Amino acid sequence: MEVILSTLINGLSLGGIYAMIALGYTMVYGIAKMLNFAHGDIIMVGGYVIFVVMATGNPLLAVAVAVIACVILGITIERVAYRPLRGASPLAVLITAIGVSYLLQSLAQIIFGSAPKMVTVYEFGSVQFLGATVQVASLVTMAVTVVVMAVLTLFVKYTRLGRAMIAVSEDRDAAQLMGINVNAIITITFAIGSSLAALAGLFYLMKAPNVSFTMGAMPGIKAFTAAVIGGIGSIPGAMLGGILLGVVESISYKITAIAPYTDAIEFSILIIILLVRPTGFLGKKRREKV
Amino acid sequence: MALLEVNNLEVYYGVICALKGISFHVNEGEIVSLIGANGAGKTTMMQSTVGIIPKRGGQVLFDGQDITKTPCHKIVKLGMTQVPEGRRIFQELTVYENLMMGAYTMKDQQEFKTELDKIYDLFPRLAERRKQIAGTLSGGEQQMLAMSRALMSKPKLLMLDEPSMGLAPILVDQIFSIIKELHAAGTTILLVEQNASKALEISDRAYVLETGNITLSGTGAELMNSPEVQKAYLGG
Repeated sequence: MEVILSTLINGLSLGGIYAMIALGYTMVYGIAKMLNFAHGDIIMVGGYVIFVVMATGNPLLAVAVAVIACVILGITIERVAYRPLRGASPLAVLITAIGVSYLLQSLAQIIFGSAPKMVTVYEFGSVQFLGATVQVASLVTMAVTVVVMAVLTLFVKYTRLGRAMIAVSEDRDAAQLMGINVNAIITITFAIGSSLAALAGLFYLMKAPNVSFTMGAMPGIKAFTAAVIGGIGSIPGAMLGGILLGVVESISYKITAIAPYTDAIEFSILIIILLVRPTGFLGKKRREKV
Repeated sequence: MALLEVNNLEVYYGVICALKGISFHVNEGEIVSLIGANGAGKTTMMQSTVGIIPKRGGQVLFDGQDITKTPCHKIVKLGMTQVPEGRRIFQELTVYENLMMGAYTMKDQQEFKTELDKIYDLFPRLAERRKQIAGTLSGGEQQMLAMSRALMSKPKLLMLDEPSMGLAPILVDQIFSIIKELHAAGTTILLVEQNASKALEISDRAYVLETGNITLSGTGAELMNSPEVQKAYLGG
């Protein structure tokens, strides 16, 4: 019972991290119609910023600076690397995104070296809950995830800007004809995605307190998997996919016989979903106009 | 002075020339239509005029202002709105939210409410269905929504790209009578249509577009009686 509870809480908090990253992938895909493969590396940059600012010993300052730095980075990447390719073939954009990913990793490696750096943001400690030992950091992660999802859902559904985002994702030309500045909407989308990546980086560091230049790769690819499982382009889909993947991962790690195959199991779920339901759980089939 | 004046508009898709330097104008208070067969360049002309498709050459003046290089999203504010071909309403949003998007550039809440009431008066059907997801409307209702959405920005010039496409004849009549109503209420209209007889019937002036060139122009009645037009577009 205790094991089940702690595994579940662990899974939900890991899932929350994946969901936050997956939201960045899915929103950028939905609105800018591109896969931003450098998204995972934003987490890494956020991690290094936290590492650097933690020299002041102030975790709140570190988080705030990391969020701001990631937002600026996300907007800059979009402006410099992706916007000139608006209207180019999806393959060119994809290759550029991979290039940006390697660029960020290499820069981090040059600046900070190859060895991982330890960083302890804040020790929350643990509490006893129904007989199980639960990390408070996990509870905080879950709480923040719930708040982020609620705010984002309400934002998209009930604000002028949120509706404009739906309009752009559905039909970019029609949105322009309404007077919606598509470039501005895409910039805002990258800003939101990058700030969530910074938050995800923070919570990831609380689980595994090492910063390295490749730290964004695995959570990035897992979150991308989550976004596709949930239905790429769908915001609730990214949330669902992220949490599902986090719980699966956490359970799989607890079962000794299959623990070494955890990553394989997660990616197999992706393959099965793609075979059975190519649009993911909540993805919509888009009618292609000719 | 012309409200919209387009001079020598040239558009290329890669190496293919879609518009070979066309010129036309729309005077304030007119209904002007542009007729032509499939592939003549009608939609290209509509989209390049407002900057959705880049222009290779030429000049576009609206209300005395050069808007050749103005980005599409800024043109709505100047008073020119387009109902795109195929309606292109936002399927996932409700009827009301679609109308909100139409008024995206409007900051004043009171003004928005006034326009919304006008639209609901003009199209009681949309008022009934204001909370319905737009993708579930019928084709005719979607066309009405597309037109209403464009009207929310209070345009001086309303550009309609094939408003009758894919609609049953009774709905086509309805759409054309709405266009006449809008015109009577003071909106200048530029209409692109394949349904040449319907379009010419309500137009002050018209242009015939053939494979990227304007080949004929005149008043609606003149073109209606022109042997070329009758032969090619009116089945006469």
